[in-house]
Amino acid sequence: MRQKLARVLGGVAISALVISGAAACKADSGSESSGSSAACDLKIGFFGPLTGDAAGLGIHMRNGTKLAIDQYNTENADCKVTLTEYDSQGDPAKAPALAQQAVGDPKVVGIVGPAFSGESEVADPIFDQAGLPIITPSATRPSLSEKNWKIFHRGVGNDTSQGPAAGRYIKNVLKAEKVYVVDDQSAYGAGLVDEVKKVIGAVAGEDKVQVKQTNFSAVVSKIVGSGATALFFGGYYTEAGLLLKQLKEAGWKGTMVAGDGVNDANFIKVAGNAVAEGTILTCPCAPATEAEGSFVNDYKAAFNADPGTYGDVSYDITKIFLEGIKDGKSSREDMLAFIKAYNKAGTATGVTYKFESNGELDPAQVVVWAFKVAGGQVVPDVEIPKA
Amino acid sequence: MNFAEFFGNFPALTITGLEQGAIYALVALGYTLVYGVLRLINFAHSEVFMVGTFTALWTWEALGYNQNTAAPAFGAMLVAVLVGLGAAMAASALTAVTVEVVAYRPLRKRNAPPLAFLITAIGASFVIAEAFGVGTHRAPFGMPVMIPSETLFTVFGAAVTNIQLLVLGVTLVMMAALDQFVNRSRLGRGIRAVAQDADTAALMGVNKNRVIMLVFVLGGLMAGVAALLWSVRYGYTKFNVGFLIGLKAFSAAVLGGIGNLRGALLGGLLLGIAENYAAGLFGGDWKDFTGFVLLVVLLMFRPTGLLGESLGRARA
Amino acid sequence: MTATAHKGKLAQMRQRWSDMPKQVRWAGLAALVAFFYILPNRWFYEYLGFPIGSEYFAFYTTRSDFAAVLFDTAVFVLLAVGLNVVVGFTGLLDLGYFGFYAVGAYTVALLTSPASRLDLTWPWLAAVPVAIVVTMISGVILGTPTLRLRGDYLAIVTLGFAEMIRLYAARNDGLLQGQRGIPEVQHPPGPMVDGRPLFGVVDSKPYYWLILTVIIVIIFAMRNLERSRVGRAWVAIREDEDAAEIMGVPTFKYKLWAFAIGAAVGGLTGAIFAGKQTFINSDSFLLESSILVLAAVILGGAGGIKGAIIGGALTWYLPEWFRGFGQIIGLDFDTAEYRILIFGLIIIVMMIFRPQGLVPNRRRAAEFADRRKEAVPQETVPSE
Repeated sequence: MRQKLARVLGGVAISALVISGAAACKADSGSESSGSSAACDLKIGFFGPLTGDAAGLGIHMRNGTKLAIDQYNTENADCKVTLTEYDSQGDPAKAPALAQQAVGDPKVVGIVGPAFSGESEVADPIFDQAGLPIITPSATRPSLSEKNWKIFHRGVGNDTSQGPAAGRYIKNVLKAEKVYVVDDQSAYGAGLVDEVKKVIGAVAGEDKVQVKQTNFSAVVSKIVGSGATALFFGGYYTEAGLLLKQLKEAGWKGTMVAGDGVNDANFIKVAGNAVAEGTILTCPCAPATEAEGSFVNDYKAAFNADPGTYGDVSYDITKIFLEGIKDGKSSREDMLAFIKAYNKAGTATGVTYKFESNGELDPAQVVVWAFKVAGGQVVPDVEIPKA
Repeated sequence: MNFAEFFGNFPALTITGLEQGAIYALVALGYTLVYGVLRLINFAHSEVFMVGTFTALWTWEALGYNQNTAAPAFGAMLVAVLVGLGAAMAASALTAVTVEVVAYRPLRKRNAPPLAFLITAIGASFVIAEAFGVGTHRAPFGMPVMIPSETLFTVFGAAVTNIQLLVLGVTLVMMAALDQFVNRSRLGRGIRAVAQDADTAALMGVNKNRVIMLVFVLGGLMAGVAALLWSVRYGYTKFNVGFLIGLKAFSAAVLGGIGNLRGALLGGLLLGIAENYAAGLFGGDWKDFTGFVLLVVLLMFRPTGLLGESLGRARA
Repeated sequence: MTATAHKGKLAQMRQRWSDMPKQVRWAGLAALVAFFYILPNRWFYEYLGFPIGSEYFAFYTTRSDFAAVLFDTAVFVLLAVGLNVVVGFTGLLDLGYFGFYAVGAYTVALLTSPASRLDLTWPWLAAVPVAIVVTMISGVILGTPTLRLRGDYLAIVTLGFAEMIRLYAARNDGLLQGQRGIPEVQHPPGPMVDGRPLFGVVDSKPYYWLILTVIIVIIFAMRNLERSRVGRAWVAIREDEDAAEIMGVPTFKYKLWAFAIGAAVGGLTGAIFAGKQTFINSDSFLLESSILVLAAVILGGAGGIKGAIIGGALTWYLPEWFRGFGQIIGLDFDTAEYRILIFGLIIIVMMIFRPQGLVPNRRRAAEFADRRKEAVPQETVPSE
């Protein structure tokens, strides 16, 4: 049986090789012809972690994207848009296969993501070659916009806008004399801490923790021993919640300040209301106001959970793509041009989306707000002034 | 390197290191017991621990506590903690036994090569962790504060809290109890007999399958205790929380001499302290790194761990 | 009992295959190789009349690019073939194989990337041999102190080393650039007919063909190695290290060779991976992957090259394929989230029914049969 199978396979293989030229031509003409049927039946991709360690962050972004698309589809039942998920597990090694798949599907006209800077480094060149426009809701590494990727857009301010703002808040609003800084060694966390340090100058001490770590007793001893009254944490919500919990248990009375990676309902879930109370969370986004949209309520109704970090940004940038589709932009080039010319405020974040030529959000539009945890809720505190 | 900071915090680092090490040690017992009898690295044991933490969380939620309710009064607290302990131990033991019956026993029946067990263990670990991941939407969970942390006394300027004493005390009691059980009881003798020479033990009338089952139950119970202590101390769990703890506990078991109960305790405490000292001296990013360096260097000089393999020996 | 009957049938088939004339066997192999080369081409399926992702051709991955999945699968296959030298041939349990893969990838990244702090910007092709040599040396450095350990102790020490490499890469902000990683790693060279570079970023097919060619070369090398003096020494060590030592086999030397050769293959794989990926940071070298490679070798049936190939292929390909499984069987249900769960179940079930691996090595199978005979008295004891 085996040699029979081998023979069949071999025969097929050889005959296929012979006719390869003709077949290749056929394939090329076949795949592109479906684009003319108006802006219907198109796809928007979500690129980010849905399984694996970082899934907690990715799922909120996916939900924001899904909510926008579902709302669009109920309004335009005759001309639906499909959400395609590319689950990268946050692993750069998994990114090329997914990016190439997205690129190879001509119906995909836009990508929300990639969620992280690491996978962006790998996936974005692929999107760039294929001219598939992307808007990332969360990859904040500054250097991403310096690589001349024409398809790259960032729906949030990068680390150089949020970090200094957080530093200014600590310096001017908290007026903390002794500041301890801790990061989680991730590109995101370490990058933020570098920017914060530039603004506040001398720090009372600094340390690094490891992602997935749960016992922070060593760094807790150091922070308590240093007499710091403020702590800046660069990293994500789980470690932030655990660190703060253990700090408060050790009797620390200071204020923790953290970036948008912690600005997530899960942070309060991990730390508990009492522990999280008073924590300052910065975010390169504006608070959602009731006049602007019912995003928070819609999200809760759809997913039975509070919207997490970047869920709102994902929602807004998905709407940019959806507006483009509604406008009849059915090809990637048209969509890219549409995004480049876009200039409107998002309903969930309140940020006006207008991109510079390198894909960064127009600096005039980048607002950084400080939020405060009060009574188990993240509430807007104050807009941090520029410089 | 920061010596001033390190020596300033030395007593505190020691105490918190011991506390962390105690939890490693309890989980390490599961690895050591199974290894001693079956010569198998039970990779799924990390998930046995994880199941225990979720059981504690759900038990407390069922009793009406969540992370925002005030800590209960002493009586209610005692009831809640004991019920949580019972539930966590039962669930962990049940998970361990399920893995043994569903995955390992069929392999033993077929006399599978040792590597097959290893891969099955990895597969079982995937299945349990992913099932919880899917079921809990991969979210992190904070737990109710059952015992508020209180400083009882200070040693050389380092505060010792009630929770730290609890963790260390319970660990030592459980260790002593297990040690006595394995060394003194009839069932314990069976364990030692199978660990020493399975075939001879079988010929002498020891029911091998029952001993193996017992070993998984004991390992599961200890992991359940560790899970409860963890829940009281850190108040947090997630579907993949077992992976790192499992890795550390396994390292601790090897450090002390895998298959050796007292070695597990020694290895756990040593690893906990060493990691904390490294974090204090070099910075938190060196914590895991130093743990592995210690393991590798130690095995160079003592290839079978600090106390050697000896579940089968009379000393246990 | 059905298992043994089944095995008999398989052995029969194998026997018939080896009884065939040499020419037929070579032609069969050549056809198989040709099949693998045309596998990623879309036109192949269209020519056959199978719409992609349909029920006619359900093995096409519908949620990630097929050529890229094939490349990643081939990376895993090559890793499994390399690890098989250590685990399968020599019987050493190595849980930290990914460490060598990381060393190879980082070496290429450091030497070729204009963003690297070494600032050498060598061409990719020049960096590959260096990467192989560096990993080989690191294999010897790791092996010299650790190979005196046996069995599970070796496993935990190798695991420790791999984690040390990864953790160090994550925290070294100097040369290795921490978690920010090293971008702009160079691609392999070579223009296409129209002058565009053959190895770009959008198309994975050239990379797949490259690594497929490398795999074929390595397989031939391995087969010769297996039948050489070195290979026989390895098997002797696997079957009984003490006996081998007494019979005059310098076991330590040969174990070190196994380690170094395994490491070199790992480094080569890492070099190819870095050349395609263009960006390297420590996130690509997680411990989980290290364990998965070992799982792949054993799943396939440690000891044989065929087993390693099949194990490696399934371990990567199955979870990727499960992403689109729901779609294929026509369910309105996304299986992507369950893929690792299902994969774990498959491992357990597969091991129960084929504990010696999918394609057990003949000599290995004989060893297990011996074990089984030895173990008979134990089984006759009434239990349960």
